[in-house]
Amino acid sequence: MSLLSIERLDVRHGLLQAVREVSFAIDQGETVALVGANGAGKSTLLRAIAGAHAPASGRIVFDGADVTSLRAYKRVARGIALVPEGRRLFGEMTVEENLQVAERVGRRGYWTMQTVMQLFPMLQARRDALTGNLSGGERQAVAIGRALMTNPRLILLDEVSLGLAPVVIEGLYRSLPQLLQGGATLVLVEQELSRALSVATRVMCMLEGRIVLDTPAASATREAIVDAYFGLHRGAEAKGAA
Amino acid sequence: MSLVNLIAQGVLLGGYYALIACGLSLMFGVMRIVNLAHGDLAVLAAFLVLTISTTFDVSPFLALVVTVLIMAAVGWALQRFILERSLRSGLLVPLLATFGLSIALENMLFEAFGADTRSLGDLIGDLVFDSVEVTSAFSLSYLAMLIFGLAVALLGALSLFLKRTSLGRAIRATAEDPDTAELVGINARAVYGVAAAISVATVAVAGAMLAMRATFDPYSGPMQLIFAFEAIVIGGIGSLWGTLVGGVVLGLAQSVGATLNPKWFLLAGHLTFFAVLAGRLARDWGRARGGLRAALGF
Repeated sequence: MSLLSIERLDVRHGLLQAVREVSFAIDQGETVALVGANGAGKSTLLRAIAGAHAPASGRIVFDGADVTSLRAYKRVARGIALVPEGRRLFGEMTVEENLQVAERVGRRGYWTMQTVMQLFPMLQARRDALTGNLSGGERQAVAIGRALMTNPRLILLDEVSLGLAPVVIEGLYRSLPQLLQGGATLVLVEQELSRALSVATRVMCMLEGRIVLDTPAASATREAIVDAYFGLHRGAEAKGAA
Repeated sequence: MSLVNLIAQGVLLGGYYALIACGLSLMFGVMRIVNLAHGDLAVLAAFLVLTISTTFDVSPFLALVVTVLIMAAVGWALQRFILERSLRSGLLVPLLATFGLSIALENMLFEAFGADTRSLGDLIGDLVFDSVEVTSAFSLSYLAMLIFGLAVALLGALSLFLKRTSLGRAIRATAEDPDTAELVGINARAVYGVAAAISVATVAVAGAMLAMRATFDPYSGPMQLIFAFEAIVIGGIGSLWGTLVGGVVLGLAQSVGATLNPKWFLLAGHLTFFAVLAGRLARDWGRARGGLRAALGF
């Protein structure tokens, strides 16, 4: 049975249809890279899965249960965690408090204050600093750590490398495989293709709200992904479908 | 000595203002709602204490304990059935909703209790006038000290609760960003309910103290709201200890004003509030132009 299955999901921002009839399933243990141009609907799709954005229609099934109408905090309790775009930390609270807040949900497991600090040693010294005063890399580490504190089964990472220096991104990506230690499944949205391919076992590409490519990372060629990314063969496909 | 007396009385009076302001400050800080029915809820609590105390012939302090629990439930219900619905429609609607609630409460209290001026003063025995005499010209009322102590204790307990407990952290996180709070597993609506319950429970304490130290009637609420609001603005919005400072500044201003001329009691408080507000605006205006001096061309 799949961990997550999405069935004909439509998500709208007012009149704009950001996600159109998307269906797919993800198995436990997969690391899925979700790529696509700006505005393709990646973030909206993640937010809909996390419960931050209500879909217009379709179903989201997590671990065998329909969670489509569950509020976000209840999905966290079931094991879905989103690291939102732009970190969205509680800036008037300390690093430690940001992590403690996520403990409240009460999902115990591999990830504790201690293991998160081991994963991101640079946070140790900044424990009592307000997150509003941290560097970009430190903030991203707190955002990931905060999601881990809920011991999720499914981690949704939205643009973790956005706005960070290359050396910092390097460090973050080195730590990504460790996220799976708790037995989690990963979906990451990433702009940079090679980086996404370096960690993923499966690649999905979105274009204008649809998934236009879904393939194991091992067999994904750069050309095929770039084509899907920009929709280069869309004209031909449309004709073929008609 | 009269100056010391003046300051002491002003500070103690400020304790009452801090007490009535702390719930308003909490609700604004967490939910970004200015509860215009705040003062009327204090008066409602005062009537509850009076009714319970006289009906069951118990001490008003015991009645207050019961009232605090009732008012906490009222606060929760207020959030659940009025504020939550109105919050969905933008910032103006909760303001109008609490304004409507304020008027409704006043009229319901008038309907139930009539226009008579009441006080809990005659139910608390000697406490209403007892004082410790420091010198012949300078004495401190036990009741005023009790109220000041309550304000400090309540503000202290509240800020410890917000800082040190898990629920307190959840409240602060929700205050900062309710959507993200939900994404880390916090039920933001429930947190709002708790914050509203605490806020209105503290109003109950303030209302009872108002009723012990002075008199009240069904239409006393709006004035208490204004005092609370002024204390918060003077002390800086969103800071609990600032609320105490704001209350004390307001109390001092009123005491000083009343000493100069009995008619200036309220006016001096309002003018101080206005001066602080104008000073802040001038400071911000100056800052935006590279310092006040530079802005004024010095």
